[in-house]
Amino acid sequence: MAAVTDRLENVNPTVFQRLKERVVLAEEEDDNIVDKIDDREIFDMIRSINDPEHPLTLEELNVVEQALIDVSDDESYVKVQFTPTIPHCSMATLIGLAIRVRLLRSLPDRFKVDVKITPGTHQSEIAVNKQLADKERVAAALENNHLLDVIDQCLVSKK
Amino acid sequence: MTGKLESIANLEGHEDRVWSVAWSPNGFVLASCGGDKTIRIWGKEGDKWICKTILEDGHQRTIRSLGWSPCGTFLASASFDATTCIWDQKSGEFECNATLEGHENEVKSVNWSVSGSLLATCGRDKSVWIWEVQEDDEYECASVIHSHTQDVKKVVWHPTKEILASCSYDDTIKLYKEDEDDWSCCDTLEGHESTVWSISFDGSGDRIVSCSDDKTVRIWKSYPPGNQEGVVVSGKHSKWKCVCVLSGYHDRTIYDVHWSKVSGLIATASGDDCIRIFKEDTNSDRNQPSFQLVATQRKAHSMDVNSICWHPKDENILATCSDDGTVKLWRFTPAEE
Repeated sequence: MAAVTDRLENVNPTVFQRLKERVVLAEEEDDNIVDKIDDREIFDMIRSINDPEHPLTLEELNVVEQALIDVSDDESYVKVQFTPTIPHCSMATLIGLAIRVRLLRSLPDRFKVDVKITPGTHQSEIAVNKQLADKERVAAALENNHLLDVIDQCLVSKK
Repeated sequence: MTGKLESIANLEGHEDRVWSVAWSPNGFVLASCGGDKTIRIWGKEGDKWICKTILEDGHQRTIRSLGWSPCGTFLASASFDATTCIWDQKSGEFECNATLEGHENEVKSVNWSVSGSLLATCGRDKSVWIWEVQEDDEYECASVIHSHTQDVKKVVWHPTKEILASCSYDDTIKLYKEDEDDWSCCDTLEGHESTVWSISFDGSGDRIVSCSDDKTVRIWKSYPPGNQEGVVVSGKHSKWKCVCVLSGYHDRTIYDVHWSKVSGLIATASGDDCIRIFKEDTNSDRNQPSFQLVATQRKAHSMDVNSICWHPKDENILATCSDDGTVKLWRFTPAEE
């Protein structure tokens, strides 16, 4: 996994407008209606993850977008594509890992989660995707306390 | 008409994902290990399967896999803490009497040769280590092999000869033999398009089945020098060729495959929570074999199935384990012909 460096790779990232907070609808308050997990709900789980090097969220950097989330509650499947800010971003694996950890902690166990780089947006896309999909290496990485601290920092919501 | 799989025991106790299960050679007990850093030994009491012993304090991190010595006296455990522990019951209880150190980081797999005199380990540091078993619980490193270019997932010995096979994140399978006092890679099997998670020899040792993140199962056959089929062999070692690809059956990564030495059936464990059984057709051509899916157990576990192991004596019993923290035993009933 990439180490966190002191130097910013992308000094002036473009900052994007945040989505409005989700409006809670009357039927969602009704416990008799089964709420299926949808793309907006997944997006809300990951939008506030902090970028490892900028004081901005993944949403503000357009690293995650609601449109790049596929979810099927019936099939217990979630796929998240994320877009590194620059094609040689060395933080790509770490960002993907943070997204994966957030979803592992937030979703019911039955869900299968795939976290991948948006096709064509990173020069090591295949290698990063392969590493993020290898649950054995992810499990080993998450036993590394230093790395876990860095991920937890990304997952602290500032608000 | 397909065969039937029925659950005969649901073994709960692990407090985290269970990575691996291994039957003792006589099949009396089953060992399991996982993210909770323990090994559990399960056995039958009356009609019921229970946890006989919990082995703790051997490892500081996840225990990834287990291997019984052929005599059943020793149990080896491979851990993410970079060590391999050797346990025995000489004192009446399981104790860790040797720790093998040398790998730089996570050890992923451990396996004993058929004679019990050699042990192999592999890991994230891309290396395969061969250890010689000495007297008095001493283990000496006989060779460190750096043939793979990535994380090595599993090592498995040939059922009758001192030939070792390994599979890796580099998408290949490799075979090793001792040559003039040193171990070296004698063949590389290429074909899988992603990580090869597991391999298993058939009873004869002439064939290997492999499974992968590419969602396929492949059958490989060895062709010795001077083979009648005319497969070109350079040098004195057999050439392995892929003779069958089983694709379209699995929906996600296949984490384990086991070829029964008793029945010849192949069982797979995968990330789609299913277990599947494949049977070779009766009139199958060994150079172009055909296999049928004879049983599928959907939702065998509530999460990924990580390991699958046929009972060494009772041809219809299987053990599995999963991310859901459970170990399960299954009875397979073949379809009536």
